[in-house]
Amino acid sequence: MTLTSSAETHTHTDADAPPASGGRPRVDPGGAGRATDAGRPSRAGRLARGAARRVGGAVVVLAGAATVAFVAQAVLPGDRATVIFNTRAGQAIERTPEELAAINAEYGLQHPLVVQYVDYMKGLLVGDLGSSYQQHRPVTQIIGEQLAPTLVLTLSAIVLAWLLMVAWVTLTAGRGPRLRAVGEAVDTASAAVPHYWLGVILLMAFALRLGIAPVISGSTPAGLLLPALTLAIPLAGFMGQATRTEFERSLDQPFVTTARLRGMGDLGVRLRHVLRHSALPAVTLSGWALGATISGAVVVESVFTRPGIGRVLVNAVNSQDLPIVTGVVVLIAALYVVANLIVDVVHTALDPRVTTA
Amino acid sequence: MSTLTTTPDTSNEGTGTGPGPGGRASDPAAGRTVPRREIPWSLVAALVALAWFVVALVAPAALSPHDPLALDLGAALQPPGWLHWAGTDEAGRDLYGRIVWGTRDSLAIGAGATTVSIGIAVVLGALAALAPTPVAAAVDALLEILFAFPTLLLALLLVALLGPSAATAMIAVGVGTAPGYARMIRAQILGAKRSGYVEAAVALGHKRRRVLVRHIVPNAVRPLVAVVALSIGQSIVWASSLSFLGLGIAPPSSEWGALLDAGRTYVTQAWWLTVIPGLVIVALALTTTTLGKHLQRALERGER
Repeated sequence: MTLTSSAETHTHTDADAPPASGGRPRVDPGGAGRATDAGRPSRAGRLARGAARRVGGAVVVLAGAATVAFVAQAVLPGDRATVIFNTRAGQAIERTPEELAAINAEYGLQHPLVVQYVDYMKGLLVGDLGSSYQQHRPVTQIIGEQLAPTLVLTLSAIVLAWLLMVAWVTLTAGRGPRLRAVGEAVDTASAAVPHYWLGVILLMAFALRLGIAPVISGSTPAGLLLPALTLAIPLAGFMGQATRTEFERSLDQPFVTTARLRGMGDLGVRLRHVLRHSALPAVTLSGWALGATISGAVVVESVFTRPGIGRVLVNAVNSQDLPIVTGVVVLIAALYVVANLIVDVVHTALDPRVTTA
Repeated sequence: MSTLTTTPDTSNEGTGTGPGPGGRASDPAAGRTVPRREIPWSLVAALVALAWFVVALVAPAALSPHDPLALDLGAALQPPGWLHWAGTDEAGRDLYGRIVWGTRDSLAIGAGATTVSIGIAVVLGALAALAPTPVAAAVDALLEILFAFPTLLLALLLVALLGPSAATAMIAVGVGTAPGYARMIRAQILGAKRSGYVEAAVALGHKRRRVLVRHIVPNAVRPLVAVVALSIGQSIVWASSLSFLGLGIAPPSSEWGALLDAGRTYVTQAWWLTVIPGLVIVALALTTTTLGKHLQRALERGER
């Protein structure tokens, strides 16, 4: 996982870096910079072009994700109408053609696959994810009812992870080999802890033994703490691993010495100057973190008996209710893509070198 | 007893990695007799843990005298103690014994998933880096698309399609983790392709095939060793997540995730049934991560 994440950072800089223009491009194919008198594209123009290309890429990925979802529904083993009927009735028997005809008409299965595909994609454009095999309701409705608790959980977990990570790294980075070893060990260990286990441990310690938190968290604010903490600790570990190296490198930079010479306190230097420079890798990770945290939420909701799309997903996987499964998966993929788009923009804003290099 | 069995094994593992991919005397474990560099304690701990896992895999009976499936209703839900180191479950089965014997199931799934994952990743990564432009662009796009699905979700999608079973867990986890590794391999090959030594080899007029086989492949494959180590641990964690959700390997298998899921029912009465299998999974994940990292560092030193 560590490697995956670092690989992501690598390919990010690798794939997203614009073709080396050397700062003085002769040709300007997009024409975005024509307006400027010097003949070189303005920074705003380049930013706009970069953004347009990224949005284009995001659209391709989204369409691809939707296609994967469609294919998954289409390749379900066995005759689809029979499968749907049996999923609904909880039986496994042959169906008469009349029974199947009704299902075929309801889901449009009598059309050739290409037509079904076009219909599916058209539906997605207007926010229609199809309808559940079992519950007879639109998937959008089922997900919509349960989306809010999951988003609240995910976002609080990410905020909490940032707080934990910043506090821990600021306290332990660049303070001698012994403290570094401890800091790194905690980072690695917390990044390696599986969500389900951490959840159960926290549940046992804080809810069952100490009784400070509710056992079944429901959707109350008090019940949010343990699930959010469960998601936040491993994430903080991951981000800590990425940040720590940069943090220690930044501590040796001339601007740190300058700040210290100005009489700035150690904590001030760390928070005002060093953190700002070393947070970039973690910012780059946050798109990935959103995806990882939402899928972690699937497990955590099950541990803490919390409502949310994770529960919906697990139930749907159990009953092979594919439209719900693919609906949730496509939605989360879309969130991931949008989050990464935002991260790219934020990254460019924080570090101008990304576009001018 | 465990110290007796681990000591010889540790040395075996230590020297075993030495002459392998790194091929230099700078391997940290090889410096045991000639202390050139201090051996980090995390590496020692990881090697000891690895030795335990290897023994549990090869000769589980050597680690636990208890039959993992022997029922003893009179000794149900006993806390960890002298006779049962890790306590017993609701049917009086010895938990330590079940964990030891469950190593096979867990590692088999981890290894299987890694094979699936690395297999897919090598093919896609190599195509994305080496194939002619239209193919490479298409594979790039595919990787980008697959990467948008978080591992667990991709795995759950496959479980929904294939139905929960051990084989499904293996395939699902393998496919779920493949996109990340494929991107990494792609970056690795591209890095080698753009490197100075490849440029030099091309400038010297060597044939494409020779450059590929002699220069690009070895340099792209070497880091894979570390990736495989990491991947096995991660796969086991993912597979046990599936088991925990009741969508992976079902009891009576002693796969660690299945043990955890079974123990969850008794969480109020028997903490050890969830805490201890979880600790073992974490230990394994940490072991593979640590070994993978050290391997990677050793390989990087070897490259210099």
